Amino acid sequence: MKAGAVTAVMAVTEVMSRPSDLGQLFKTFIKIGVFTFGGGYAMISVIENLCVEQKQWITHEDMMNITVIAEATPGPIAINCATFTGYRQAGFKGALAATAGLVTPSFVIIFAISMFLDHFLEITWIAHAFWGIKIAVGILIVDAAAVMIKKMKKKPLPLGIMTVSFVVILAADLLSRRISSIVLMTAAAIFSLGLYLIKEQRKAGKI
Amino acid sequence: MIYLELFLGFLRVGCFAFGGAYGAIPLIREVVLSYGWLEEETLTYLIAVSESTPGPIMVNLATYVGSTQAGLGGAFLATLAVVLPSFILILLITSAMAAVADNPCVKAVLAGLKPCITGVILATGVCMVLNRCRALEGRQPVDLRAAGITAALGLVLIISARVKKKLSPVKLILLAACMGLVVYGL
Repeated sequence: MKAGAVTAVMAVTEVMSRPSDLGQLFKTFIKIGVFTFGGGYAMISVIENLCVEQKQWITHEDMMNITVIAEATPGPIAINCATFTGYRQAGFKGALAATAGLVTPSFVIIFAISMFLDHFLEITWIAHAFWGIKIAVGILIVDAAAVMIKKMKKKPLPLGIMTVSFVVILAADLLSRRISSIVLMTAAAIFSLGLYLIKEQRKAGKI
Repeated sequence: MIYLELFLGFLRVGCFAFGGAYGAIPLIREVVLSYGWLEEETLTYLIAVSESTPGPIMVNLATYVGSTQAGLGGAFLATLAVVLPSFILILLITSAMAAVADNPCVKAVLAGLKPCITGVILATGVCMVLNRCRALEGRQPVDLRAAGITAALGLVLIISARVKKKLSPVKLILLAACMGLVVYGL
């Protein structure tokens, strides 16, 4: 009797928690969508802050994995992260709620701009505010990287790969060349896989 | 049939736009110009607008083009089309990931990818800050106002992390907008 009541209560709370779960996802990703300036990387800080630290929907490790997957698949990183987090939290419906939440702010803003404002960026005070925001976006990206470095294993291989890719991208930018991060990532993946296979071979040889 | 064209055009962008926002621009440009939806000049302006408004550039462009070509319905369809491919792909990968996550080869690949992406992200952030601090007019090598904002924001972030809790990204962005208004407005 008691057990039955407990099960019933649990079932009710589960049903009750579901819609609010979806609502939470939708609301949180609207917030993330509002503050996603300047491409995907800046958003890593915002997602890390809201979904990893505050809501604890995903772990830092998950975040790292999804960043890697997002870079290797087409589509904006922000969308990929939203779909992933929503799916983890509440399955397909969660993925839908999170992705819809993320897209809503930019949809509304751009739709309004396309209707009313032909020369949005010529409004001086908006331009001034955005010069400030662009700096914050750069700092947020550096901060996202700093969090990743803090949690990285401090071994020669990861440190080496990180330094090389940092220097390559920085040098390319300073020399006004474009280099695709996909090329770098492919190289890093092949290098790391190769090292692993060689190690395995040696182990097998010794035995 | 403009609705179908919008949907198919932006589906193509969503399917093949690798490498983040800037990697995607050449493909977006090709699609948008080939359908005659935008002119070169409008596209450049729109990319600047997209950088200054929240949301991924691809989504912003899809919404704008859809809206100007076919109203609210067009905006909705184009946005849906650009999001759909990555949505489906991530769902598939996420459900498959649990099965392959313990595979040693997958682990080895990820072990190489993670530090690489960390380096790429660090470099991207550093470049963004450096480029913003370069002078706008070119008379001086450094835009002192931008450098000042950078130093102030960096200090606020570091001090807040030491003293209490690190300032949230949302607050940092709002603070930066206020600083921009004040510093460049005066």
